[in-house]
Amino acid sequence: MAKKKGWKEIPIGGLIDKGGTAKEYNTGSWRTFKPIVDQSKCINCLQCWIYCPDSSVIVKDGKMEGFDYEHCKGCGICASICPVKCIKMERE
Amino acid sequence: MCEHLPREMHKNGKRIVETEVKMATQKLVPLTGDQAVAEAMRQIEPDVVAAYPITPQTEIVMNFSQFVADGKVQTELIPVESEHSAMSACVGSAAAGARTMTATSANGLALMWEIVYIAASTRLPIVMPVVNRALSGPINIHCDHSDTMGARDSGWLQVFSESAQEAYENTIVAIRIAEHKKILLPCMVCQDGFITSHAVEGIELFPDDKVKKFIGEYTIEHSLLDMDNPVTYGPIDLQDFYFEHKRQQAEAMKGALTIIPEVLAEFNKTFNRNHDLLEEYKLSDADIAIVATSSTAGTVKATIDELRKQGMKVGLLKPRFFRPFPKERFVKSLSNIKAIAVLDRSDSFSAQGGPWFSEIKAALYESKKQPLITNYIFGLGGRDIFPENIKKVYSDLEAIKKAGKVKSLVNYLGVRD
Repeated sequence: MAKKKGWKEIPIGGLIDKGGTAKEYNTGSWRTFKPIVDQSKCINCLQCWIYCPDSSVIVKDGKMEGFDYEHCKGCGICASICPVKCIKMERE
Repeated sequence: MCEHLPREMHKNGKRIVETEVKMATQKLVPLTGDQAVAEAMRQIEPDVVAAYPITPQTEIVMNFSQFVADGKVQTELIPVESEHSAMSACVGSAAAGARTMTATSANGLALMWEIVYIAASTRLPIVMPVVNRALSGPINIHCDHSDTMGARDSGWLQVFSESAQEAYENTIVAIRIAEHKKILLPCMVCQDGFITSHAVEGIELFPDDKVKKFIGEYTIEHSLLDMDNPVTYGPIDLQDFYFEHKRQQAEAMKGALTIIPEVLAEFNKTFNRNHDLLEEYKLSDADIAIVATSSTAGTVKATIDELRKQGMKVGLLKPRFFRPFPKERFVKSLSNIKAIAVLDRSDSFSAQGGPWFSEIKAALYESKKQPLITNYIFGLGGRDIFPENIKKVYSDLEAIKKAGKVKSLVNYLGVRD
């Protein structure tokens, strides 16, 4: 891991001087339960994508393709909202 | 109107002579301390003022609101529902890049506490006149310094004003100090509740254009509202960077000790004044001295004049800035004094005296000559301080000087036994 910057090198007051930096912050490590999707049962209703509070459901061409485990905190909302119950939460 | 000046204008040491010379040409207007600060705010014309009224600060915001209503300033005035909201609005406004002010007293400052720290640590140069009032409880609306002394570790700059004229001038110069690119810290401009805030003095107002020219335009490097260059103010800051940001804050406060005198020098040159981090009054040849700030300094000066006529070598050191704390200046001014009394208008309840005393005593640890020093807590809850009280302190100091030792380190002046 790169050496963190010292107090003379960083913006003052805790300012973050650019946008979109949350992407660089790995919140996946907070997870206790991991969502696993059974693609064979998925109907691509995308309710999980709508409800995910962290944009961690990956959707491509209108199809649910899995999870961004770098950022998914394992809240389980996707599993709870899934109408066909194709998402299960597994302990890490 | 110059022939009939309030007496107060004549008793404040060196300024007397200057004031008398200027009287022929300078126009003086009768204003209270609160009105004088409101006039300063009118001249500064901040982009945003968010404030909530509280005695004895109310007249500042009341008078300023009138200026807004009368169209004399273009300021966006936000009448909020509490001081917590006032300071919160100020933080948002300052982060957006608006020159921002508010004002408060005592319990109002206490209610904004959480955001007071956030303003300083986010490095937003908000200027806040504080009319010093005893912090409850028991509830009391009169002067002491328990409110701003409680905030002494909040990271704000703090300047104390002896008179309404000083409160006016400090408010103007505080803008330049707070906004200085190497400081960027908020500043409290303190004056004594009722004693200064509600008493009328003859005030010399500087011309509007001269004030505007002196303070200049406020520019911010990163505006919260700059959509082309998005930034985040106030993100969570944990074990990995919080400490670094606090280290920056400490450095800014330390650096302010060098920069403030530079800004004051420019102010002095522009407005023909003599402001400094602290002020000595008949101190250079004094044997014994009092350290007192705000309105009490005026009472001490008048007492000194009287005692000097009786041949007593007495002097005063009036600190103006408490944050940053001008340690080296204290050492320089006080090292040759034989016995010193520090007057504190608040108690720290530390069992070792008030805040000025603790810090001045600590500063003098670095002096080769360590003068005898004692502390008087006085004036809590607006208890009057009279020349007789000051004479008692000087008489105690004479005894300490003769005995060569301090018998009682912390004393309470003007309280009934």
